[in-house]
Amino acid sequence: MDGGVGLLQRQLVDYRASLFNEGILNEQFNQLQSLQDESNPDFVVEVVSLFFEDSVRLLNELAKSLDQRNVDFKKVDAHVHQLKGSSSSIGAQRVQNACIAFRSCCEEKNVEGCLKCLQQVTKEYYLVKNKLEILLKLEQQILAAGGSIPVQSEVI
Amino acid sequence: MNVGAACSSGGTNGIEQDPHVLAVDDNVVDRKLVEKLFKNSSCRVTTAENGMRALEYLGLGGDRQSCSSCQASDICPSHGLKVNLVLTDYCMPGMTGYELLKKIKESSHMKEVPVVIMSSENISARINKCLEEGAQMFIQKPLKLSDVKKLRCQVMQRRS
Repeated sequence: MDGGVGLLQRQLVDYRASLFNEGILNEQFNQLQSLQDESNPDFVVEVVSLFFEDSVRLLNELAKSLDQRNVDFKKVDAHVHQLKGSSSSIGAQRVQNACIAFRSCCEEKNVEGCLKCLQQVTKEYYLVKNKLEILLKLEQQILAAGGSIPVQSEVI
Repeated sequence: MNVGAACSSGGTNGIEQDPHVLAVDDNVVDRKLVEKLFKNSSCRVTTAENGMRALEYLGLGGDRQSCSSCQASDICPSHGLKVNLVLTDYCMPGMTGYELLKKIKESSHMKEVPVVIMSSENISARINKCLEEGAQMFIQKPLKLSDVKKLRCQVMQRRS
């Protein structure tokens, strides 16, 4: 009954390619994928879940920090640095880029700018979250059907 | 282990034991990634979320420096199991990776252990400072499997 699995695998390959083409994910995500094996078949889901939890916490902290009368830019920068780090480690390119821009606003001690950056980072976060949930769901469907997750070939 | 460190093993059944790595990082996602990278490379891994925990684990924390068992052997039964490599993030709140490096290099029984610093930022002044203080290597984040395999090779070579 390869027809079903084959179709799912093709869907996955296409969907994943589109995420790379749109710059939402980068090569680092492939690193994560390649680390998953029989001894830890849920590795990617676990790491991504950690990323989701940690990001929501950081986004909340950022909103709180920017809402203060006297904004502590060092604190804001520290939170953005964390988010930049974890998004970079899972290959969430656009979130990472948004964090880089955010750090510039912190350096300039620009509250307005920071608030705009927070909006942007939040938007990129929910975008990648949505896409990753779809991607991981496809992967789990493939595994449940007894198939294996196709390896990503070189992105041209 | 009750020092805020999590230990896991992914070793082979070789005659020589797999290297034991202590990975220090305040970022929860990075700790998870580093742990898997080393497990997949046949290394035992212990993670710590900050410099203080790392020092405690190594038997260098607070008043443990007065422990005679620690001074007598590499494997202190009370604290500080033998570690073949310390991999630490540079930017951490409280104690930075650089400060942790210094403390390890200042100690009598841990100073020979290679310490590798990781950072997302490629600042040459920072890199030089760490290398001058005795860091084995400086690696740029995000960490990849090829980085970890290279590290493992280096650690195994040092042992022989």
